[in-house]
Amino acid sequence: MKQKKTILTDNSKLVMESLAQSGCDVFIGYPITPANLLYKYATQRFSVVQDAPDEITTLQWMSGYSATGHIPVTATSFPGFALMLESLNMAYMMELPMVAILVQRLGPSTGTATAGAQGDLALLNGMISGGHALPVFCLSNAVDCWEIPNKAAKIAAEFRTPVVILTSKEMMMSLNSFDMGKLKKLSPVERKFYESDEPFVPYKPQKNLVPEFLPLGNNKHRVRITSSTHDTKGILQHSTPEALGNTVRLNEKIVKNAKKYSFYELDEQESDTIIVSYDATAEAAREAVGMIREKGKKVSLLICKTMIPVLEEYIKILNKYKKIVIAEENLTGQFRKILFGTHGKEGVTGVNAIGRMISPDDIAKEVK
Amino acid sequence: MENKYLSTEVSIFCKGCGHQLIAVNTEKALNKLGLSPKDVILVTDIGCHGILDKLSSTHTFHGLHGRSAALAAGTSMGLENPKKKVIVFIGDGGSTIGLQHLVDAAVKNVNMTVIVHNNMLYGMTGGQTSGLTPEGFKTETNPAGKQYQNYDISSMLSNAGGSHVRRLVGMGDFSEELYQAFKVQGFSSVEVMEICTSYGVKFNTGKKVTDFIESAGMEIKLFPEKIRAPYKQNERDIMSSLFENIEAINVKYKNKLKKPLKIIVSGSAGEGAQLAAELFAEAAVGSGLKITKKGSYPVTVGVGFSTAELIISPKDILYTGIVTPDIFVITSNDGLNHAKAKLSKMKKGLLLIDATLNPVAVDPGVEVIQYKFRELATPRSAMFLALDILLKYVPSFPAEAFEEAIANSKIGAKFNMEVLKRAEVPKK
Repeated sequence: MKQKKTILTDNSKLVMESLAQSGCDVFIGYPITPANLLYKYATQRFSVVQDAPDEITTLQWMSGYSATGHIPVTATSFPGFALMLESLNMAYMMELPMVAILVQRLGPSTGTATAGAQGDLALLNGMISGGHALPVFCLSNAVDCWEIPNKAAKIAAEFRTPVVILTSKEMMMSLNSFDMGKLKKLSPVERKFYESDEPFVPYKPQKNLVPEFLPLGNNKHRVRITSSTHDTKGILQHSTPEALGNTVRLNEKIVKNAKKYSFYELDEQESDTIIVSYDATAEAAREAVGMIREKGKKVSLLICKTMIPVLEEYIKILNKYKKIVIAEENLTGQFRKILFGTHGKEGVTGVNAIGRMISPDDIAKEVK
Repeated sequence: MENKYLSTEVSIFCKGCGHQLIAVNTEKALNKLGLSPKDVILVTDIGCHGILDKLSSTHTFHGLHGRSAALAAGTSMGLENPKKKVIVFIGDGGSTIGLQHLVDAAVKNVNMTVIVHNNMLYGMTGGQTSGLTPEGFKTETNPAGKQYQNYDISSMLSNAGGSHVRRLVGMGDFSEELYQAFKVQGFSSVEVMEICTSYGVKFNTGKKVTDFIESAGMEIKLFPEKIRAPYKQNERDIMSSLFENIEAINVKYKNKLKKPLKIIVSGSAGEGAQLAAELFAEAAVGSGLKITKKGSYPVTVGVGFSTAELIISPKDILYTGIVTPDIFVITSNDGLNHAKAKLSKMKKGLLLIDATLNPVAVDPGVEVIQYKFRELATPRSAMFLALDILLKYVPSFPAEAFEEAIANSKIGAKFNMEVLKRAEVPKK
């Protein structure tokens, strides 16, 4: 057993150290609360840090760095993320690996910068025009803050895609006593670039639907990267079958490979009730489950970490239960709607709040 | 012989469009430069100029409207290779929406060349007015002529510090001028003046490109060159791990806690409430406890309330929020005002509050201790005294642990520990 080494830390430090050890070497920053700790730690740890003049530039610079072989990282909150949206669509279409950390705060609009929230999942679910899926991962505790960013960076590289790490103010800014012995050793991303002497076809998919990658500016093969509808060669097309096939592939690449990034925690008992949660509310859900079980009642728990694409397993698991309680810190139950539609399903209820954390009591009361 | 960089034999642009001439001259200029096509990265965006990348045998990077300068800057910084030539093709519309990116690249002197295809309007979308459209120039959206002057993009880029900035009229052979720009290590730009043959000519019959250049007072010239080193990321002094200087907290003291204790401390910004709470947390860990500390303050961090929610517990803490605290510590009026809602929900527990404050509407079940924290310890140390008194009044872990954490902290040398040691503990 590893020796205990308890320190005081915030989880932002775990996230940034994890990404640095994963081989992410470029951070592009534009300050915004509550993502500032991530930016600060990046300046202490990343070999390349650029202070962008705005969030559109942030994503454009990241795309330039990504196209030349780096895995760039940024961290922001909704107001900044909103500005990144068009450029994230671009990076998605271009198939450029990168990591964007979205630290949620209370909206709408500028809202309250220093209050937590979980209000941006619905946006992420529809952020790629056309309804394509872009991988989104959530952090449910300090250990996730270490392990998930490492996985996210690897997924970005392996599947040639931007990924979003969705988190929130309390998860990134609170100080915790943490036993460093809980941290697994991380392995860095291993980039594999196209090696053949045959001309490089930048959007020709392999079996796993992912095209091989080659950095822009390399001496061996010409590389074409484009954000417009294109064929496998990267040539702009209006709507040829090949080009539309490529556009369809972008979504299939993410959805069909989802088993490679199915991250969740399932704690089942023989019960007809299950609690579902994610991000900062996950800890309240864990505590609520403890409280309920202490009273002799059985209840199951699903903590989701892969948020998008929505995993088939989630539906399979949840279909076994009569009562499903979904706890998330937003007004209307965004994850609930993603799972069960706007009109919901009998037996599915939400525990929601804005401007305050959802407490274990809130969740336990709904389960009764 | 086939063109080496850009296939320009057949024009893909409207008949007579100046963009074709730019393509032809770019091919010539790149031949003069003599680089391999694989040393050239052509970055284009949305606008008629951007349809040309399919004819290029160089690397091509085709992005969003007006963002090519930023995309190219990221590419150039990512490559950081003086042997590679990053070239941006952008229009006057793109230069309008992407103005910041152009200016920023010039300020940084990023190693890239921007060719502004200034045909005085948005051509691809039907001839609307752009920021670079000159005053009086008629467009689809301003049939009576543009009401005010244009951005002088070249002056702006020159003033921003671009190494080599030129404006020229897009006629004849200007490959030498493009070659001079391509040769530069650093930011260079060439604004090529044209009139869109589809819309510009139609709306401004009988006018020549030079008429508008003249009336707008735009000079055709090479702006004063600035000899500056191209942008290069400085070597950064970075840590090998963010945890490299963080020592594990040794458990030196014993605690008496059987269950979690939830404490909210509420004071004023700039009076050390966050630091006091952090050192309290450190001392708790040094006494074998688990902790969470959640700070809350307005966005203007130097004014108003400053609150910290502390949970100290003998076992792991999951939920880090506090619905109702066991103990409230309030040392200032800002702190009291912010605490009121949560304070009113307390039905039991302890309120430690500065003697100058009036704890109205506190449930009779809550034990209230008023104490001269501010007077005895000064406002800047009031929260430290309050937490020290708390540990002596409600023994959860030793006050010595907290005092040691203060002494070993960044404020330790200046901190008046005597105030804590001398302060009288309230009687039960």
